[in-house]
Amino acid sequence: MQADAAPKLEINDLSKRFGGLLAVDRYNLVLRQADLVGLIGPNGAGKTTAFNLATGILRPTAGRIRIAGRDLTGARPHVIAKAGLARTFQNIRLFADLTVAENIMCGGHARHAAGTVSTLLQLPSFWRAEQTLRNEAYRLIESLDLGALAARRAGDLSYGDQRRVEIGRALATQPDVLLLDEPAAGLNPSETSELMAFIRKVNETLGIAILVVEHDMSLIMGLCQRLQVLNRGALIFEGAPQQAQTNEAVIEAYLGTRRRAKANA
Amino acid sequence: MIPDASSTSVEAWSRPRAPQWSFIASLVIVCLGAVVVFTMTQWLDRYAVTLCALLLINAALAVSLTVSNGLSGLFSLGHPAFMTIGAYVAAILTFPATRKGTMLPDLPEWLAAIEAPMLPAVLLGGGVAGLVSLVVGYAVLRLKGHYLAVATLGLIIVVQGLVRNWDGLTRGGSGLSGLPRHVDIWWAYGYLVIVVALAWRIKYSSLGRAIMAVRENELAAECSGINSARLKILAFSVGAVLAGVGGALTAHLISVITPGTFSIVLAFNLVVMVVIGGAGSITGAVLAAAGITLLSESLRPVEEAANLYGLSQVVVAVCLIAVLYMRPSGLFGSGEPSIVKRIFGGRGQA
Repeated sequence: MQADAAPKLEINDLSKRFGGLLAVDRYNLVLRQADLVGLIGPNGAGKTTAFNLATGILRPTAGRIRIAGRDLTGARPHVIAKAGLARTFQNIRLFADLTVAENIMCGGHARHAAGTVSTLLQLPSFWRAEQTLRNEAYRLIESLDLGALAARRAGDLSYGDQRRVEIGRALATQPDVLLLDEPAAGLNPSETSELMAFIRKVNETLGIAILVVEHDMSLIMGLCQRLQVLNRGALIFEGAPQQAQTNEAVIEAYLGTRRRAKANA
Repeated sequence: MIPDASSTSVEAWSRPRAPQWSFIASLVIVCLGAVVVFTMTQWLDRYAVTLCALLLINAALAVSLTVSNGLSGLFSLGHPAFMTIGAYVAAILTFPATRKGTMLPDLPEWLAAIEAPMLPAVLLGGGVAGLVSLVVGYAVLRLKGHYLAVATLGLIIVVQGLVRNWDGLTRGGSGLSGLPRHVDIWWAYGYLVIVVALAWRIKYSSLGRAIMAVRENELAAECSGINSARLKILAFSVGAVLAGVGGALTAHLISVITPGTFSIVLAFNLVVMVVIGGAGSITGAVLAAAGITLLSESLRPVEEAANLYGLSQVVVAVCLIAVLYMRPSGLFGSGEPSIVKRIFGGRGQA
């Protein structure tokens, strides 16, 4: 796939202040097609806040967000999702009482659903829209190997399956950019390696740019082309994953300074 | 929701359903219902037929409430307010022109002269209720849970107060009596069929799935591209239009409308019907409405004989507590029984 040089997601000097706390301080990110970037940092570094800012759940105090060239700073989440930015949540948020198939079809709603009048009168356009949604969901479910679960209630699935369905629902919006918030949390090692293969496949075959927040270092190191490290809301490192391991600032953020470490010992 | 036997594989649910087949099946059911209604009109006395008509209207109102509350997860108590609006709008339109001058002196000339037929009057009643719901919904649907319930409860009081004090247009507290009896059990039956059909079409569509997604997890729905604010207003207003129509029909069935006809007690009863049937379940709403209406009507002679007025309210409340205790999500949860889904083409899902 030919890489498109124009950035799919461009975040400039994004900041968020909660009262006296600067939770995110001038965060920058450029994602191009098929980028796979990791975002790490100690607890409370502002990773999830950065996600919530990018997806419109929180309004930034300062800074700009551009999706596929469009300035969408301060736009509502559904506008941002429609523009091509999808996400998953740290604590899975599925539509528990709907089936797996319905969860995934919801991802296609914004692009295909028939209008209210067409739905109430069941005009031909309504049936076409439903068929498109079904076909699209069907193909996605097949490719995610969720066929056996399609008719199950999403709330009844195991943790690992719920993770896969949630990623499926995000992919059903046909995003250019996918933000994964701790996708491996609660997964066992074999599930984690399956997930890694899956993320890589989505990234390579669909050309979707991915930003992944994760605490599982083997996943981050094995997967990402580029790594960002956030500490106290500010970026302290951006570059190749291997360099992060030897970077002074990163080590300090995770382990504290040498002197303090000695004093504690 | 309850998956039925036909939907255990991807192939089954992704296959297009046969709309013709289910259309014919629905038609047969509607005709059977019509036969039952016809038999009633032949065998039962007028009082009993009117009672059955009220039962059908109640069932339709419960279904409309399950659209605006059950599918979307809103907790609105505003139905009686929209019914009152619909009823008064329709009543002012259909009221005999000869009596309008003396009873409703403040009516503008053109309104005083017309004596509208039932159908346009009912549609206009529903339309005005819908417009009011758009305005109210825009302000009120930002509130969540109990706050929305309190706000819509306030709406009932506001509408009642307005109607009671706008003498020249509504005849105030004494209400409008002697309305033309345009509505019979056939109107009620037609109304129920249309409401159930619309509710079914909404529920089993992408629109319905999106509304339920908002109920299940609003944030995740928004992040999947679903405009939750728009869908909540839509669900609220569809319920309001149908409630307005229901109010207009009820007024012309019992031939009287007063500010207190549709009260907070009615809001409570409708919510109980939806909760007992299972919020979001159309079948549940119909059955619970029929059950509760029959129960409270059959208790009426007992109330009179034993001088225990209010007994039916107590029994309804006990039923509610019992259901909440034993089946917290109602008789049918938010789904439909699989047999009903097969007949009406629920396509296995939702």
